[in-house]
Amino acid sequence: MSEFMYLFRGGDIPASPEQMQKSMEKWVAWFKDLGATGHLKDLGNPLEPTGKVVKGKQKVITDGPYAEAKDVVGGYTIVEAKDIAQALELSKDCPIFDAGGSVEVRPVQAFKL
Amino acid sequence: MVAALTRIFGVHNLALAEDVVQEAFCRALEVWKFRGVPENPSAWLMATAKNRALDVLRRERTARTFAPELGQLFDSEWTLIPTIEELFSPKAIEDDLLRMMFSCCHARLAEEAQIALILNILCGFSVDEIASAFLNTHAAVEKRITRAKKGLAASKKLFDVTVPADFSARLPAVHRALYLLFNEGYHGASTESAVRHELYREAMRLMAILLKHPLGKTPATYALAALMCLHAARVPGRIDASGNLSSLYDQDRSQWDQKLLAEGFELMELSATGPKFTEYHIEAAIAAAHACAHRMEETDWKTIVSLYDTLMTINPTPIVALNRAIAIAQIDGPEVGLKELSSIANRDRLASYPFYPAAMGELELRRGQCVIAREHFGAALALARNKPEHQFFQQRISACKQE
Repeated sequence: MSEFMYLFRGGDIPASPEQMQKSMEKWVAWFKDLGATGHLKDLGNPLEPTGKVVKGKQKVITDGPYAEAKDVVGGYTIVEAKDIAQALELSKDCPIFDAGGSVEVRPVQAFKL
Repeated sequence: MVAALTRIFGVHNLALAEDVVQEAFCRALEVWKFRGVPENPSAWLMATAKNRALDVLRRERTARTFAPELGQLFDSEWTLIPTIEELFSPKAIEDDLLRMMFSCCHARLAEEAQIALILNILCGFSVDEIASAFLNTHAAVEKRITRAKKGLAASKKLFDVTVPADFSARLPAVHRALYLLFNEGYHGASTESAVRHELYREAMRLMAILLKHPLGKTPATYALAALMCLHAARVPGRIDASGNLSSLYDQDRSQWDQKLLAEGFELMELSATGPKFTEYHIEAAIAAAHACAHRMEETDWKTIVSLYDTLMTINPTPIVALNRAIAIAQIDGPEVGLKELSSIANRDRLASYPFYPAAMGELELRRGQCVIAREHFGAALALARNKPEHQFFQQRISACKQE
């Protein structure tokens, strides 16, 4: 088994509290499915859309957002899968696609001694 | 609320759950003092407890373990709020009450301890209230509850109400605890009033939750629920306007609660399935026989005696025998009744029960032995446990003089 990080990008922010709740329910259901099949390593967390960036040798601080809305990372989760093909397959039920967002699947690099 | 929070924090954190509830109440006192009591105080308290639970989970999730089966969902902000919301939904809270009810009825705990725990955790009764309901000292009840809670917290896991085999195995203990709780309210040994409405109503509330659970809907549960309804329906007739007891003979039967009676009969019908015939079935049937009679003279004593006979084979206690003897006296006259009364096995266990001498007195009076009757009522008076009982026996004594 290898670990993969899902980076959730973009997706519309729900307009009303009801939609918000619906969307939350979908996410929880999806996470529960992942957990039930033993693929969930770390649920991770959602991220605020704004923040700051520290950059360069001078450590210059600038405000976010850092990219177009559709590219902003809205959260992360770490799963376990046997290969990237399976990790991709597992991501397909993610509710973010309903909201027009995307999932970036990145293998966690295991450094060797 | 404690039940819901214990589900979230895990049974080993029972004390933490109680602290959070305590804090919610303290907060209510502070805020309500300035802003007035909100429109829906219980919702306000629930919301406050919920927020407080969130704080605790966020702050301490690395330091403590909470309910193990929910751990991962609490670790992430993705799922924390939705999970808490779900756990505080009305349906979930009912499940929590049931889970806690079954957890409290652990075989390791004595019956009195189980009831004290249920009253304390599920019904929110204070140690003082429980102590006065069970004629016990504050210290004794506190000790009993503290010890029982330690036992509960050490059990690591709340009772799982979804495993049918475990559920059915624990169900009789739960029935028994609810039955005792009901009885304590209905004709308990309280010092202030003969009927403790809050106790028997709590028993009925918990009973209703049990009846909603698919595994809880057994014939015995229905029978016990029927028994409670049929007895509770008679409360308005049993106590007169000034809070005094009146005997079944003199009750104003038009005051009986018709809605509860109807509910009781309906529940009895639901209980009449399956091969198991429990003591609750019989007691419900006896209560029904009384409830069917619109007037005292219409009472079907033959049926009642035969029901008591059956009950004696299942549960031969002196109290059952006492009631059976009274029923027999209705058919065969006071002499036979008195003979039955004086031959009750283990009647030394009735030594402090005022209604034993009272029954003797009643039958002596009925056969015209006023002097002996008065002596018996005098003995009953000396054993009376509360004011209504006291007045009731006093009134019986003066009845002896008149004849």
